[in-house]
Amino acid sequence: MVSGIVSYGVYIPRFRIRVDEIARVWGDGADISESLRVFEKSVPDLDEDAVTIAVEAARNALARGNVDARRIGAIYVGSESHPYAVKPTGTIVGQAVCSSASYTAADFEFACKAGTAAVQACLGLVGSNNIDLGLAIGSDVSQGAPGDMLEYTAAAGGAAYLIGRDNLAAEVESFYSFTTDTPDFWRREGMPYPEHGGRFTGEPAYFKHVSSAARGLMERMGTKPQDYDYAVFHQPNGKFPVRVAKLLGFSKKQIEPGLVVPMIGNTYSGSCLIGLAATLDIAKPGDRIFVTSFGSGAGSDAFSIRVTDGIEAIRCGAPSVRDYIGNAQYLDYAMYAKHKGKLRI
Amino acid sequence: MTTQAPRFWRSIPQRYNLKGTHCTSCNEYFFPPRNLCPNCRRGAHLEEYAFKGTGTIITYTTIYNATEDFERLTPYNLAIIQLDEGPRVTGQIVSSLGEIKIGMRVRPVFRILGKEGDRGIIYYGTKFAPILEPSCAKE
Repeated sequence: MVSGIVSYGVYIPRFRIRVDEIARVWGDGADISESLRVFEKSVPDLDEDAVTIAVEAARNALARGNVDARRIGAIYVGSESHPYAVKPTGTIVGQAVCSSASYTAADFEFACKAGTAAVQACLGLVGSNNIDLGLAIGSDVSQGAPGDMLEYTAAAGGAAYLIGRDNLAAEVESFYSFTTDTPDFWRREGMPYPEHGGRFTGEPAYFKHVSSAARGLMERMGTKPQDYDYAVFHQPNGKFPVRVAKLLGFSKKQIEPGLVVPMIGNTYSGSCLIGLAATLDIAKPGDRIFVTSFGSGAGSDAFSIRVTDGIEAIRCGAPSVRDYIGNAQYLDYAMYAKHKGKLRI
Repeated sequence: MTTQAPRFWRSIPQRYNLKGTHCTSCNEYFFPPRNLCPNCRRGAHLEEYAFKGTGTIITYTTIYNATEDFERLTPYNLAIIQLDEGPRVTGQIVSSLGEIKIGMRVRPVFRILGKEGDRGIIYYGTKFAPILEPSCAKE
């Protein structure tokens, strides 16, 4: 039996900072937003973290599909900003969405692709009939050191997917992963900000892994880019997903609905899954969506998804990605620094 | 370090999901939950009830000088909200500076309520925000 997406929900904090405002503070050129193709990014409120974002996204997923949370048998939350080093985010999410206590939970970490790894784990448990529904979440309040290039894009947001076998809004036809030991980006235990290898994060990391996973899946399935209506790739900035899409043979039109990074920045574990949600927001029954995430360290998960008739019934059950993008309130750098806890008092 | 973890843990149902009680005899709702219905007394039939969390702002104030635990949040709006089922609760209205009005409709949001410093537990629970309707539901 085919497994897939029963429902989905997203959450993007209301606050934004313009990339030009960050560049103004650090004396970088005014063309930085153009060169990154990121113009503004989401900023968490003072009382938001990866847990609160995960809960809001999960509640939206349950509301959209009108799903009874007691059916959930697994909760996996992917994030690189879990607020506790020891104390699972999934336990708080489970209690907050009123699941039963009869579920398994664990927190995932794989840089920006922990959310898609959580989806894969749920597909496995659902596909083997061990659980009825799995809740897979990617949620982050990502960190970028003041003045570092990451600060221009490191944003906050999350997406939750209910994975099941019945009443599907979209079937997951197949998935494929590609993983190697590539130290392109990391954060050591106890350190507040990550480090990265600069340009090394491009060719040997992002492009190699995304293209290898994408090609691997299409080879296994015997499909080609033209077989898909839409495509979503991990969005660390606005350039990389456009370039990798072209490299693989996907058109700009295919990636356009899911390309949200110019407006909200890189939401890390939420990035690819929010892009998929933005695509599902407008997809029609029968559409096929190609999705490939990327997590530094490094690895990529590729998915082939076919939208079913069920999408229409759940479309208006929760705010869309565009609803959240449109509900923005702008901060200057000083307020942004307060929101991100960059001021040590 | 002393922790308030047990006290917090006992109130998780109320803080996360506004779990109160409902007297089926007189149809009155209570938050926080009550063990006794003041209307029906021995004739009461109380059941657990999860409030929807939607409600209307009855009145509000803006806090500029907060206690130590909340001083980084200032200025923020604190309101009395009448839940749709009847009870009134006090809660913070997030991201609403300059927008808040008496009569405004609000929804529950899941937020950090406090932290036991850098090493202790994080308290989560319900605050309120202006309602965000899905745009396609309005069409």
